[in-house]
Amino acid sequence: MSEESPILFGLYVPPHPQPLLSPDANSGYANLRAAFETCRKRIEESDADLILVYSTTWPSVVGHQIQALKESIWTHVDDDFHYLGSMPYNFHIDTEYAHEYCSAAEKRGLHARTVEYEGFPIDTGSVVALSLLNPDNRIPACIVSSNMYANRSETIVLGKAANDALISQGKKAVVVVVSSLSNRMFTEHIDPSEDRIHSSKDNEWNEKILEFFADGRLEDLSQLSREIHGQIRVQKVVAYKPAWWLAASMGQHNNYDGEVLAYEALHGSGGAVIQLTPSSGSFGDKEFDEDDVEYYQGDRNVLNKGNN
Amino acid sequence: MSKGEIVLGCLAPHPPHLVYAENPPQNEAFSEGGWETLRWGYAKLARKLKTIDYDAIVIFTPHWQTYIGTHFLGLPEFKSKSVDPVFPNLFRYNYDLKVDVELAEAMHEETAKAGIITKMMRNPDFRVDYGTITSCHLLNPSWDKPIVTISSNRNSHYYSNEVMIEQAKALGEACMRAIEKSGKKVVLVSSHSLSHRHFVTEAPLPEDMSREHIYNHSQYVWDMKIIDMFRKGQMQEVVDIMPEYTEQTIAETEAGGLIWMMAAMGVPSYPAEIYGYQSVIGTGNCIACWDPNTETRELVL
Repeated sequence: MSEESPILFGLYVPPHPQPLLSPDANSGYANLRAAFETCRKRIEESDADLILVYSTTWPSVVGHQIQALKESIWTHVDDDFHYLGSMPYNFHIDTEYAHEYCSAAEKRGLHARTVEYEGFPIDTGSVVALSLLNPDNRIPACIVSSNMYANRSETIVLGKAANDALISQGKKAVVVVVSSLSNRMFTEHIDPSEDRIHSSKDNEWNEKILEFFADGRLEDLSQLSREIHGQIRVQKVVAYKPAWWLAASMGQHNNYDGEVLAYEALHGSGGAVIQLTPSSGSFGDKEFDEDDVEYYQGDRNVLNKGNN
Repeated sequence: MSKGEIVLGCLAPHPPHLVYAENPPQNEAFSEGGWETLRWGYAKLARKLKTIDYDAIVIFTPHWQTYIGTHFLGLPEFKSKSVDPVFPNLFRYNYDLKVDVELAEAMHEETAKAGIITKMMRNPDFRVDYGTITSCHLLNPSWDKPIVTISSNRNSHYYSNEVMIEQAKALGEACMRAIEKSGKKVVLVSSHSLSHRHFVTEAPLPEDMSREHIYNHSQYVWDMKIIDMFRKGQMQEVVDIMPEYTEQTIAETEAGGLIWMMAAMGVPSYPAEIYGYQSVIGTGNCIACWDPNTETRELVL
């Protein structure tokens, strides 16, 4: 399966600016920064033609927006953490892929559009991710928004369209989902050295999600997204969507090698750097361990599996 | 020094479509018009503002969203380009504005004394949100008055609409105390729509008014109910009904702006002046003001 996928591996990274702007303020922030560094090296050593980012901190209303400005240059400042400093960026965007992705999304019935405007406000999460994962623009990038009204089917289709566009252009990509795990922050300013996950409940859920990631159970997480949204997500949007998009783009199954490189608190929220790599060795032993069926090929004889 | 006062409170929605439709030189996009009911209403209110003696505009914006307290712009000047992240095709506005930092700091201080988490925003690279720019441009296109922008702390997301109301009330009362101590005459602006469910597709020509209508009838009925209460001066009742209204219409009142302004103005029991109501990409938008001066208060619509 891995040799067929245009996606070399997937990353799940947090959107908060601390790993970029104040990594030394807290050993946890430094751990996250180090994990970003590891991922940066792995991307450099990979055969990727493109870094594709799905950012939960870029909400859209009118369909799905895809960044297409070839050179996106600005200095970004976060709404809450402006006192940590500015984030100048100069991102090289794969315009051709952006247009292909838009076209693929439309072919699958979505309302989508590219954005190519000087000064467009690229969101904090995307700026942090691309600044740390691809600081020298060694590989061109593309960013897709998260529609605030979209739910499962729309997000799944959006993920599949990303894959369609990679296949049609013959490109290999690393996909990056920018999202917290639990996203409840402290509502007051804190001493960074005292940062911790907001509650034990949030922490326990985060640990459970990380177990799934470590086992490569992406489809299981996708299936649990609504439960995760209800349990540990502040209800800013209708659903927790990152696992849906990631599973739809990488493949809706559990056949991955998972690696949690870091898990730390970011002003109370759960921030993790995780890598998922398509694998070929673990069918049949996980909860929603089913193919993403396009054509029916008969029973898989799952019940007889343990008798051989 | 005489006691400062609020000379007007404005409900000023900020769909960037309205600036786009006006074609001001600051905006890069070009339109063939649209949304005249709101634009003409804004023009009339802007003319009224020109007849009023005031020192600063204080605006509460839902598009500077903060989760760690309430923040105030804290530098004297901001000059940059604002590109709407949702409607970049419509709004790419070059702004150059002045901030009344003294008043912002006074509000920050009073707010902190009231136990609210606050922060001054002093990063010169910070980009002012498009809600602030749209409402201020339409109310005062000459930009000849300094502003104070207050961020919206998202208590509705983190807690509930009821908590949002309590915090917004406390913030409004603190801002009023700061205004009184400052000796300044201030116009308050609560920048938001009423019902706030958007269409998720856009017409090929965004200003094609044959495509514009409210998202659904329920939103319209709720909006009319609230506007009727505005007309009757039933603002305490509006405050009381706000959690239900906000939930039923996904209203942009969730950010707390209207409650903040009402609390600062002592919850008016006199009629509001209504300048217009129209939908923009499905959302309900009302331009209204509350004029404490009985001699200048008028029946507009």
